[in-house]
This record gives sequence, C-alpha cells and structure tokens, in this order.
Amino acid sequence: MKYLYYPGCSLESTAREYDMATRAMMHALSVELIEIPGWTCCGATAAKAVDRRLALAMPAVSLALAETVDSAADILVPCSACYLNLKQVYQIAAADPRTLAEINEILAAESLHYSGKVRPRHILDILAKDIGPTGILQQITHSLSGLRVAPYYGCQCLRPYRVFDDPEAPTSMDALLAAAGANLHPWSMAARCCSASHMTTNPDVSKELVFRILKSARGADAIATVCPMCQMNLEGHQGWISSCYGEDVRIPVYYLPQLLGLAMGIPARDLGLNAKSARTAALSD
Amino acid sequence: MNRKQQTPQAWIRPEQPDTALERVREKVRTCIQCGTCTGSCPNAFAMDATPRKLWRLVLMGQSREIFESRTFALCSDCYCCTLRCPRGLALTDAMADLKQIAAAGKHGGDAACTAFYSAFLQSARRYGRVQETRLMARYLAVMTPRRPLMPFRFSGLGMQMIKKGKISLRRPPAGRSLKGIFARIESMKDGQ
Repeated sequence: MKYLYYPGCSLESTAREYDMATRAMMHALSVELIEIPGWTCCGATAAKAVDRRLALAMPAVSLALAETVDSAADILVPCSACYLNLKQVYQIAAADPRTLAEINEILAAESLHYSGKVRPRHILDILAKDIGPTGILQQITHSLSGLRVAPYYGCQCLRPYRVFDDPEAPTSMDALLAAAGANLHPWSMAARCCSASHMTTNPDVSKELVFRILKSARGADAIATVCPMCQMNLEGHQGWISSCYGEDVRIPVYYLPQLLGLAMGIPARDLGLNAKSARTAALSD
Repeated sequence: MNRKQQTPQAWIRPEQPDTALERVREKVRTCIQCGTCTGSCPNAFAMDATPRKLWRLVLMGQSREIFESRTFALCSDCYCCTLRCPRGLALTDAMADLKQIAAAGKHGGDAACTAFYSAFLQSARRYGRVQETRLMARYLAVMTPRRPLMPFRFSGLGMQMIKKGKISLRRPPAGRSLKGIFARIESMKDGQ
C-alpha cells in the first residue's frame, strides 16, 4: 500500500509525536508514505473566518502539489482540521465546476492546477477501512490487555462529511483498539466538540466543554485521539481545569497510532512517547 | 442578555439589507425556527443570542444586532447543527460567512479571535506553514496588554511542551510561499 502524506503544521511542532507515531506505525505495516513536497498550511479555521477564497485556495495548493506527484493516489491526513479543509476542496471539484475554476484562477498565480483527482482521506478512515482490525491484529506483539481506553473522535473527521463512520455515534476506533487488546470505556462524549481554538481565544467557554469530556472519561486509563487540536485541548490544560472545578479530571491523552504502535511492539521513543515516564512504563507492561 | 427595547415596526421593517448579509440570508432562507441548532450547539450556553435567534435576525436583516452579538464568533466549527438541521441548511458555513463579514468590515466579532486569526494567517503567508510557537508568541504579544494574565495560563503548557521535547524554535522546512496566492486573492477583492 502507498499513500501521499500531508502532515500539516501541527505535526511539525506541538504534535510532533503524532507525526512520529504515524510514520513508525505505517512503516511497521509496510505502508509507504510519500510526503507531499512543499505542502503548505491548509488555513485551519483561521482562513474560513477571514476570507472565503483564502479558505478554498490554501488547501487547494497542497492538493495541486499532490497531483504533481501522483494523481491516482490517496492522501493520508492525520489532522482532522486539515482533512476537512482538503476534503472540502475535493468535494467542490467533484460537484461545483464554477468554484473549481475560481480556485484554479487563484492557483494560477503560482502556476498550479487542481483537477480533483487526488483524494484526501483521514488517517482513521485508512486505518479502519484499508488496513482494518485484521491488519493490526496480525502485528500485535504486546497486547494492551488491562488498559481501558476512551475513544475520542472530535468533530471534523466525522462532520459534515459522512465518509467512514456515523457522525453522531462513531465506532471505527472500537475494533482497532480491541484488536490491540484494549478494553473500551463506554461513553457518550466521543463525538463532542473540544472547543477547538476557543482554548486560546475564549478559555472560559472552552474549559466548560473540555471539563465535561474529561469528567465523562473517568474510569478509563487513557483517551485515544485522532486530532492534534483535540489532543492539546484535552491534555494540555488538565491542571488548570481540575482546579477551576475543584475536581481531579487528569487522564493521559494519546494519539491512536501511539497506542496501536505500542501494541505492535514499536519502541516508545519511536512513537514520541517518553520511554522513561511512569505512564509509558505502565502502558508497555 | 440585553434585550433591547424594540419598536414593533423595527421587527417588521428590515433595516437596509446589507449585500454581504444577502449571501447568509440565502443560506438560511428556509429556516423554520425549530431550535435544533441551538439544542445541538456546544457553545450556546455562552452566547448572548442563540443560533436559532441569530438566523431569525439574519432573515429580518437586523445587521446591528447580529454584529453586536458574540454568537458567530463563538462557533467552533463542530458541524453538529449542520448535521442535524431538518431543513438541510449549511449553518456552519453561514456562521463562517458572518465571521468573514465582521473581519472585512472590522466591525463586531471577537477581539481575541481576530488577533489570533490574523497572527495565524500572517505566519502562513510568510512561511507557507504556521509555526505554532511563533504564532502563540505573536498572539500573546498582541493580547497581553489587554489581558495581562493570559501568558500565565499558557506558560504551564509551554513548560510541559518543552519538557516533552515538543517545542523546537527551529523553523521547520518551509513549504512553498503563499505570498503569491494571498496577493492574487487581494487583487480579486473588488468583485466579491
């Protein structure tokens, strides 16, 4: 199997371990990832809050660059916000020739063109559908048995495009985590919003959303995520949120490929996990 | 909640329709005011006008009240309302339209959001990619005079990240420059 790879900006800085774990895991599964040369920022939620054309052109640049490499390939996208932005342009190309022409008029400034062939896909889509629990199961050497995981999907890999899962009640992580030997934490917060960039701009609103999610995860040993923004919101402010509400809601939040990678016997440091931390030791016992 | 005293006529006679608002109105034309959007919105508890009320204001052309509200700025793009709207309206996109109108007209919106988005896009335009550490530094530099306690909340997170070796101040291998794309869009602005 072979995919084009669009890491996105987060995976180069605050979510470096997501990038490491994704590459290490795919390598162990003999899946080839070809990073799109010169890929650029997709605009995240900033572009669509400022300018309609910018929100379309920014992701289109990387789609056009991807087509210069291999227009028959799918793009693997680990970040849900990047995925949604790329996907939106892909959908427009399939259904709205007028807007596609407008996008290409902008891309012409950089001598680029997007024809709508190359298809962006979320990493969870590829893990659940192409590799599947069976593909994971064959590679398991260190079962996660005894570990109770709350699968957290967030929003933008599920909505508005219903591609590989139920946007109200997602289940695609269940079989993957079960294949790795983990127990599942039953909860209803799997597809609730973590508040995205409000953690930076409106923390008082944000802490409410994150608190509800963390509180509902109580009883689990860890949360599994598939988005760098979700991971940072859920894990990065736990001390502050616990003290705001006078309740200890601290819980480790891992990326799905980190958990699956550990079960596949990939060394913790290759997954961006600090091999020395007590947490990782508990995981790999 | 500040319910302004409105004369009955003000509700019946829409204000001068704003051409930009027309795009939003078209998106929500068939809204039946069922309130599913409000019931689905994770941020509704913090909004001064609920999403349902906002769509009514859009249909009535009440620009002033729309752009004085924090509603659209508090939309976090979760798409729950879009998914569940019984009329199939693209409500999250309509919220984005309102954010864009506010950003273009420099009226309404949310100061923190505006500062954050503009720091974000500046970074993307210049380097092709956003380096989050620099982005946060720039954002905090703009916001700290207004919210002096802000850096303290992020310093803990920053320390965590440094400990985990997540933050590097090296500039990442840059993507293609986006300056040409930004310039082209700037030159198209007149015929929105």
